[in-house]
Amino acid sequence: MTADRPATGLDTFPKLLARNVDSFGTGHAYREKEFGIWQSWTWAEAGEQVAALAKGLIALGLDEGDYVAVIGRNRPHLYMAMTSIQCAGAIPVPLYQDAVAEEMAYVLDHCGARYVIAEDQEQVDKVMDIKDRLPGLEQILYLDPRGLRKYDHTHLHKLEEVVAAGRASDNEGDLKRRSDALSGASTCVMLYTSGTTGRPKGVVLSNDNIILTAKASAEVDHLTHTDSVLAYLPMAWVGDFIFSMGQAYWTGFCVACPESEATMQHDLREIGPTYFFAPPRFFEGLLTNVTIRMEDAAKIKQRMYRYFMGVAGRVGPDILDGKPVGFMDRMLYRLGDLLVYGPLKNTLGLSRVRVGYTAGEAIGPELFDFYRSIGINLKQLYGQTEASVFITQQADGQVRADTVGTPTPGVEIRIDENGEVFYRSPGVFQEYYKNAESTASTKDAEGWVATGDAGFIEPDTGQLRIIDRAKDVGKMSDGSMYAPKYVENKLKFYPNILEAVVFGAGRDRCCAFLNIDLAAVGNWAERNNIAYASYQELAAHPRVYAMFQEHVEAVNESIAHDGMLSGCQVHRFVILHKQLDADDGELTRTQKVRRRIIEEKFSDIIDALYDGSDSVYTETEVTYEDGRKGKIKATLEIRDAKVWPRNPAVAAE
Amino acid sequence: MSLDSSQTMTTPDGRTIGGVVMEMKHITLRFGGVVAIKDISFDIREGEIRAIIGPNGAGKSSMLNVINGFYHPQEGEVWFEGKRRKPMKPHEIAHQGIARTFQNIALFKGMTTLDNIMTGRFTRMKAPWWQQAIWAGPAEREEVANREVVEKIIDFLEIQAIRKTPVGRLPYGLQKRVELGRALGAEPRLLLLDEPMAGMNVEEKEDMSRFILDVNDEFGTTIALIEHDMGVVMDISDRVVVMDYGAKIGDGTPDEVRNNPAVIDAYLGVAHD
Repeated sequence: MTADRPATGLDTFPKLLARNVDSFGTGHAYREKEFGIWQSWTWAEAGEQVAALAKGLIALGLDEGDYVAVIGRNRPHLYMAMTSIQCAGAIPVPLYQDAVAEEMAYVLDHCGARYVIAEDQEQVDKVMDIKDRLPGLEQILYLDPRGLRKYDHTHLHKLEEVVAAGRASDNEGDLKRRSDALSGASTCVMLYTSGTTGRPKGVVLSNDNIILTAKASAEVDHLTHTDSVLAYLPMAWVGDFIFSMGQAYWTGFCVACPESEATMQHDLREIGPTYFFAPPRFFEGLLTNVTIRMEDAAKIKQRMYRYFMGVAGRVGPDILDGKPVGFMDRMLYRLGDLLVYGPLKNTLGLSRVRVGYTAGEAIGPELFDFYRSIGINLKQLYGQTEASVFITQQADGQVRADTVGTPTPGVEIRIDENGEVFYRSPGVFQEYYKNAESTASTKDAEGWVATGDAGFIEPDTGQLRIIDRAKDVGKMSDGSMYAPKYVENKLKFYPNILEAVVFGAGRDRCCAFLNIDLAAVGNWAERNNIAYASYQELAAHPRVYAMFQEHVEAVNESIAHDGMLSGCQVHRFVILHKQLDADDGELTRTQKVRRRIIEEKFSDIIDALYDGSDSVYTETEVTYEDGRKGKIKATLEIRDAKVWPRNPAVAAE
Repeated sequence: MSLDSSQTMTTPDGRTIGGVVMEMKHITLRFGGVVAIKDISFDIREGEIRAIIGPNGAGKSSMLNVINGFYHPQEGEVWFEGKRRKPMKPHEIAHQGIARTFQNIALFKGMTTLDNIMTGRFTRMKAPWWQQAIWAGPAEREEVANREVVEKIIDFLEIQAIRKTPVGRLPYGLQKRVELGRALGAEPRLLLLDEPMAGMNVEEKEDMSRFILDVNDEFGTTIALIEHDMGVVMDISDRVVVMDYGAKIGDGTPDEVRNNPAVIDAYLGVAHD
C-alpha cells in the first residue's frame, strides 16, 4: 500500500465521477438495451442520477460506513447505485444474483447489511424470505416494479422514488461532506469470494486497491474513454468490478449492458465492444458453433474457409504481433480478411475488439491461436479477488497460450521453495471482513499474499507460468517435480480426450487414465467407417488406441521441453471402459477430478499400469441414473507411450 | 361470493374485482342433434380470473367460443359490457375487445415472434392501407407506437432473445407464450385462454401461471380460462365454473367448488347402484 497516489488526486470514485462529468460530460457512460432499443446515459446524466440516489439514500437514513448489498444482473442503474452508495460514504456489497436465499442469508448477516438494492421481484422475494433472520436489515429498494405493487411497502421502496426523493431533498451539503471525507484508504467495495471450500469470505478492497490496479492495467493496454465494454459477467465477481467500475471510471469508457442473459451474444454483436473479457469455455463454445455452422455451409464456402483459415493459422498471429511476414502472405491474409475473417469476426461480435482477455482456467493452444489468427487480440491474465484481479497480464507482442504474462506494473512476484506463487501489489486486499485468522494465514506482515497456485517464471521471457494448484503439486520418487493438472490439461486440449487423470506422486514415472469424448470420437468413427456397439467397445478399439497413443506421445514431446516438468511424461496409459462420472463419485458436481476416490476405486488398474502387464481384467461398479447399481466387466489394454529424453537445456521455446 | 352486478369487492390478495362485464343467461348451444351446452348461466366480473373447468367433452371450448362470439347460441342471451350481443361477422368479433389464445397453437409459423405479436395490433391500426403501403406520415407514427407496445409485451413476457426468431423454430412452451403475447397485443378488456398450460412441464406451467397473474395485476385485464390442471386452476383463479356433459354443475370460489359434491362426483366418478 505504499504505491504513490495518482498525482491528480483522483483517489476515490466520487472524485473520478466528477472528473468524468467535467471531461467527458457528453460522452456515454452506460448503455442498456431495453424495449429493443439501446438506451444510454452520458457521464453528465450518470453524475446527476448518482447524486440524486445518494441523497435519497441519505434521506432514507443511510449512515456512513453502512454496508449495502446490491443484487441483480448487470444493469446501469445498479452500477450507478454502487457509486451512489460510495458517495454517501457507505460500502457496496454486490452479491451473485443466482445465489439461493440460504447463501444470501449468510452473506447479508455477515456484513450486517442495513439496506439491500435488488433488481426485481425474484431478488426481493429471496431477501423477504430470510428477512426474519436478519435483524440488521432495514430497507429494501428495488429497480423493476413488476409484480411488486401489492407488496407491503413499509420497508420496501422503488428505486425511482428514492431517486426522486433525493432530487427533492436538501442534503446536498451532507452528501458533499461525506464524499469529501473519503480517501484512497477508505473501503471501496466488499466482494465475497465464491468459496469452493467452506463459507464465503468478504474481501475488503480499498479505493487505492481498485483505482491503482485499474490505472496500471488500463495503461498496459492503452485503454481510453473511446473504448467500450459489454458487462455480462456477474457484478459480484471482482473482474466485473475492475472492468465495469474501476477501469470504466479511470478511463471514462462506456459500459454496455445486455438486454437479458439470453440475448448476450446478439447484443455483443450490436455493441461491438473494443475491450472484452470471457472465460475459455465461452471462446470454446463460440468456436464449436462456428465449426458446426461451417459444416452446414455450401461446399465453396467451406473450401474458402479452410483455405483462408490455413493462411491465417500460418501468418495471422505474426501479423497481429507485428513480426515480419512475407509480402505474398500479407496480401493473402488481407484477402482472407476481406472474405472470411472480417465477416466471421463481425458475426461473432468481435470485429472491434482491440483488447481481449481470457482467464480462469487453461486455454487450449489451438483455441487460443484460432482467435489470434483471425486478428482478435486475445490475451491471458492471471488474477485473484485478493489482488483486485491483476497479478500478471500479457502485453501486446508477448502473447502465448501457455503463459499468463508478466507482472502488471506495480506487482512484485516471488516463488517460494515449494513452487507456490506469492505476490505483493497496490491491489492487495485490506482484510477478510471479520476474519482476522484467514487474513493472517493468507497475507503476511510484509504484504505478500499466497495464491495457492504453483508456477514459475520463465527465465528468458519473464513470463509467469502456472502449473497447478499448489496442494496437488508433489514430487516423484527421484525428486523431480510432479504436476498432474498440467499434464492433464495438455491431454484434454485434444478434443478426443474428454478427461485425463495422471498418477505419479512418489513413484518413478507417470501413468494416465484417459476417457474418450464420445461425441468427438464417435463422429471420427463414423467418418472412418468404424463400427461400434457401445461406449466400451469404441473405447477399446485398436484404432482409437493408436490415435490416443499419438496424442500422448505428442504431449510427452512438449513436456520433454519443459525443463523442470520433463519428468511428468506419461509412460503408460489406459483408456477407461467407462466415463468418469459425478454420479459414481469420481468427479465433483462441477466436473473436477477427485483423485483420491479414483485411486481407490481403480487401484487394480493402477497396479497393472505400474507392474508392466499388457492388459488388466477389471470389474467396476456403476450407478445408473435411476440410482440402481450394476457392474461393468472389461479387460483393458495397457499401452506404453514413447517418452523423450529429459533435456533441460532446451527448456522453454 | 354473491354480489349484485354493480357491486365491487376486494380479493384476499388485494386486487379489486369490479362489476359484471359479461353475463351469460340461459345459454343453450346445439350442433344438429347434439346439445353441447345446456341452459348455462354465469357472469364474469371486471378484473377477475375466471376459470371454466370440466372433464373432456364437457363443452368448455364451446363455451369459450360462445363468449367470444364465434358461436351464436340457439337459446339464451349474452350480455357484454351492458349490451346484448347480436350475431357478428368475424371482423366485428375481432374489434369487440376480446382476445384469445387457442388450445392448439395458432400462430403464423413462418413469421418472427415480433411480427406475430404485431399482428395482434392489427385491430388497433387506423391508417388507411395506402398510407401503410408507402410508409407515409401517420402510418409511420402509428407503426412506431405499435412497436413500442409490442416491445413492452416482449419485455413483459421475457422473450427478448427470440424477438427475431421464426416461431416455428421455437419449443412448444415458448410458442404458447408468444401466442399470449399476440393476444395481449390487442390490449383486450377480456382475455380468453384455452388451456394455456396444456402439454407443459412443471417449470413452464409455473412461468405461465406467473405471467397470467401478472397480466391480470399489471394491466387489470379480465381473464377467463379453461384449464385441466386442477392445482393451477385452484391457485390462480378467483371464481370457477364447473361443467359436465354441457351443464353447469358448480360455480363459486375455488374452495366452494372443491367441496361441492357434484364436482367431486364428476371428477372422481360416483358409484352407481
